[in-house]
Amino acid sequence: MITGYSVAVALCSLAVAAWAFVSAARNREPGKPLLIGLVALEALLLVQVVIAVVLLIGGDRPGSMVTFIAYLVGSLLILPLGAAWALAERTRSSTVILGITCVTVPVLILRLSEVWGGASA
Amino acid sequence: MARVPEPAAERPATASGPGRILVAVYAIFAVAATSRAAVQIATRFDEAPVPYLLSAFAALVYLLATFALARTGRTWWRVALAACSVELAGVLVVGLLSVFDQAAFPDAAVWSNFGMGYLFIPLVLPVIGLLWLRRTAPTRTPR
Repeated sequence: MITGYSVAVALCSLAVAAWAFVSAARNREPGKPLLIGLVALEALLLVQVVIAVVLLIGGDRPGSMVTFIAYLVGSLLILPLGAAWALAERTRSSTVILGITCVTVPVLILRLSEVWGGASA
Repeated sequence: MARVPEPAAERPATASGPGRILVAVYAIFAVAATSRAAVQIATRFDEAPVPYLLSAFAALVYLLATFALARTGRTWWRVALAACSVELAGVLVVGLLSVFDQAAFPDAAVWSNFGMGYLFIPLVLPVIGLLWLRRTAPTRTPR
């Protein structure tokens, strides 16, 4: 894993989360710009998965392969699932849900890098 | 999908409006706790069987609470009430035990130290859940 890139993705997702919470505080339903932000975030996460897969093929090994792959898959699923749940009923609560979903991304990235660095679970 | 407005006379469903935030947070915890417990039990159950079984139990309670809160109807409301109550009791009892008997909890489970490892969200979540259930209580059911 490239630490700099992971940190950048984590910071981006915190920025999108802050954006969501601010617009929720202003009583907004999720708007198109916020959704574009989420799509961009998903693209960044996809790039991270590609980086991880390339490094794995290159011979690098995480502390636990199963855990690492699980977090990797989870990092791709969290935003689509969160967005699907949030947008099924559009209110300002949807905006909060999108924010919470974005906050989980740095947690996943932190766990990913811990496992990459040798932690077994 | 179009939003179906609630008839004014009825109580809101548990998975409507702000309740959807609650379901989302419960779902995150359900997935996190279930996968963590699965890994713990699959890979090093012998190290600390009791905390890991407690983790698995906590995971089941989160799954049940998520599912019940996301459903409508009186029965699911009761299931959600039971799940949130068990969860609150669990985090309090396990929290106390883990503080007074560190040796019995060598590895952090979701409820140990009142969920400190998870920013105390495991402690706050059932309280918010119970308050929300009170708000959405089916009419004619004494609380």
